[in-house]
Parts: sequence; C-alpha cells; structure tokens
Amino acid sequence: MSKITQTQITELLCQRLACFTDVEAEISPETNLITHLAIDSVKLLNLIMEIEDQFDISVPLNALVDVLTVQDLANLIYKIKLSS
Amino acid sequence: MNLLEKLDAAAAARKAQLPEGLAAFGIPIDESYSATEARIGERRVLMLGTNNYLGLSFSAECREAAHKAIDQEGTGTTGSRMANGNYYGHRALERELAEFYHCRECIVFTTGYQANLGTISGLAGAGDVVLIDGDAHASIYDGCILSGADVIRFRHNDVIDLEKRLRRLGDRSRDTLIIIEGIYSMLGDQAPLAEIVKLKNVYQSTLLLDEAHSLGVLGETGQGLVEKSRMINEVDFITGTFSKSLCGIGGFCVSNHPQLNQLRYVSHPYIFTASPSPATIASTRAALQLLRDGSSLREQLWKNAYQLYSCLKETGYCLGPEPGPIVAVLLDSPKRALTLWNGLMAHDIYVNLVLPPAAPEGKSLVRCSINAAHTTEQISRVCETFSKLYPTVTQ
Repeated sequence: MSKITQTQITELLCQRLACFTDVEAEISPETNLITHLAIDSVKLLNLIMEIEDQFDISVPLNALVDVLTVQDLANLIYKIKLSS
Repeated sequence: MNLLEKLDAAAAARKAQLPEGLAAFGIPIDESYSATEARIGERRVLMLGTNNYLGLSFSAECREAAHKAIDQEGTGTTGSRMANGNYYGHRALERELAEFYHCRECIVFTTGYQANLGTISGLAGAGDVVLIDGDAHASIYDGCILSGADVIRFRHNDVIDLEKRLRRLGDRSRDTLIIIEGIYSMLGDQAPLAEIVKLKNVYQSTLLLDEAHSLGVLGETGQGLVEKSRMINEVDFITGTFSKSLCGIGGFCVSNHPQLNQLRYVSHPYIFTASPSPATIASTRAALQLLRDGSSLREQLWKNAYQLYSCLKETGYCLGPEPGPIVAVLLDSPKRALTLWNGLMAHDIYVNLVLPPAAPEGKSLVRCSINAAHTTEQISRVCETFSKLYPTVTQ
C-alpha cells in the first residue's frame, strides 16, 4: 500500500465515485465532483471516510476546500499518504 | 454563474427535490399558548417539535424575573461584554453556572451557537487538530472552520474509529481537541462518554462536551451526560445553551482550566457581539434554579419519552437508537417523510421535518421532541395518530 502511485489513487477514486453518484457519466481525473457528479457534502464526507480506511490516513476537512476535481482529491490523498 | 444565480440554482434544486415540502420549513407560529400548544393559521396545534424539554417557557418565576429585569435595566445592553455590556446579571449567571458544574471558570456567550464558535476557535488554532463526531452540530463544524485547525471527523459514536484517528495523529494527539455531544440533536442518542474519556487520557488529548440537548435532561441535578456518567472531573470543557431546557437564548462554557478566562480576550464570537439582554439573563438564572430543583420535571419528561418511543416502536416505525426526549422517526425517502409530516399536521400535531443532507446517513427524519409539560393524554393522542398514519408511509 505504501508504494501506491498517484495514478493508482486516481483510478481507485474513479471506481469508488461511481457508487456515490446518481449521475451517469464517465468519470475522469478532470471530472468536477460537484458540477459533474452532483456529489453533496455528506456523500463526499462518507467517501472520504472510506478512503481514509483504505489508506490508513486522516484527511482534514479543511484540506478539502481546494478540491474540485477527482485529480485534486487524488493529489491530496497522495500527499497525505506520503507524509504519513 | 454569479453570486445570485448560485442562490437561484440552489432554490430550484430544493424545489425540484420536494415541490410541496417547503411549507414545512420556517412555519409561521401565529400565537404560542403554552409549553405544548400554539396556533398555526387557524389551527390549535400540539407542539411536538420544540426543545423546551422541561416545559419552562411559561413558568411564572422566569416571566417575573424577565419583567423585573426589563423594568430595572432596560431592554438591551447595546454593547459587548468587553465594553459597556458586562452587567451584574452576566457575571452572576457565570458564577451560578460555575458553581452548578463545580467548575472554576465560566463564560456566558450571547447564543449557544456562539458558545461553540467562540470556545472552539479560542482553544484551537492553526497547527492543532480538532476531532469531531460525524453527527456534530453545525455550530461545532463552523467553530472548527473559524479556528483554522485541522478538522478530522470520526464515525458517529464509534470509539474504535476515534481511536484509529488518534493513533494516526502520533504526537499531534496531545494538541488535539476531541468534541462530542451529550445528546445528539437529530437521532437523540447519547455519546459513550466513559469510553471516550479513557481514550482522551491515553492519548493526552483535550475533551469538549456539548451538553446543548442534555442539560436539564440527564443527571440527578440536570447537569447533563457528564453527571449521568459521573465524569465531571474528566471533561476539560463543557458548553451548553440557554435556548432549550432553560427557555431563553444564550450559551456558556465551563471548565476547571483557568485558561478558559483568557478566551474573553481572543474569542471573536465573545468580543464582537452585544451581550445577552437583561431579561434573557434574568429568566435564564430563574430557569437554572428550576432546572437544578427539577427532578420531578425530569421524571415526567422521561416518562413521556418512554411512552412515545415504545408506542412508535410497537407500531413498527424505525426509530433512533435509544429512547429519550428526541424521538427520531427514520424514513427512507423525503417523500415519505413529507407524507407523514403532512398527515400529522392534518391532525394538528407539529413535529420537525429533516431532509437530506441535514439528516444523518442520507435518511429523512420526522423528529419529535417531548417535554415535561406534555400530558399522558397528549402523548396518547400522538401515538394514535402515528398509528393511523403508519400505512401511508409503508405503502
């Protein structure tokens, strides 16, 4: 798990996000979580909890303010994982 | 999309989700008759959606104290506690609350919302960590944002999840403020305080307990969960509100840490607002005395709560995890929740409607709250109505 790459995190996020949205759309790194997938704040927080368990990290809520796209979220998770 | 268009889009989305549901929010109360009845339009309605847990809103002692304070001190202080708004009553209430909790320090805030905002943002700052329960009230979330600390959620009432997050923090756990609530406002369940205290001691963190919904409700003298769990010396900071069991408006924080007093000089929600009005402080002081002496009110409140909870459970409704003054009926769609809410209103019973994302786990809630002034007959009428409406929400 410690050697996971940014690309792998992005792919994993794309898979998991499909379960959290009712919108039928292809999910790519550039997909906007709110405008494209209509992920509300509660769904996003639940997704974050899943991801936290998977990578054994904690993602501060305040770090999410700059997250708009799948890629932004993957970058954040990668950064936290690297420093943990 | 400009600023106003964003609001238009949010309004349209809300309307699309539930076209007829908007009337449930901000319903106009035209006249309040007592702690249990009000007029809404032409209807005399049984109020089962207030936070008036001890039913003190019309108590003679509180009204008399408020009238006297207006006559003697005027309608408002027109200033901050840091300037011209630091009256005798504010200081007296702080002394009385500190004594009630056997604590060294107390600060009174203008609202309960500001008590959390001011305490959290005064205690935690950039570089610190705040660990909050996933079902925490919005005032806790907002206080965390204002603090600038790293904010991490743990799963609601899940001690194992909390420990996992404390462990991940390593040495930072010592600069961590854990925040929980005595009774959670949506589902009405209580925090596992004793287990959380054990963790906070192991990881050398600091614990803040919000007793907003448990003050007056739990414990022999009504201190809240801290008294029920016999943990008064283990909790670092306790916040609470005057707007529920005490039937006023305002909030407080008590602590044995002398540093609490320093918050008066750093906490913007304390400094940059007018202090509570003399009437509010006077009625709150009178209510606090009634609350302390109110073991018979608590007994009646719990009797009512058990009556409603057991009856709805027997009918087949899916309820929050444990009996208490907040009885949450969980529905699997906003439409069903609205059907039930409309049905209750048609029978002149007012409850709170809570829709996603405000309700936990994507559920919709019809949230009932009981008080000590409800009669057995009133609760029986509510039970019968719920029973009658059950088929409409299971079809």
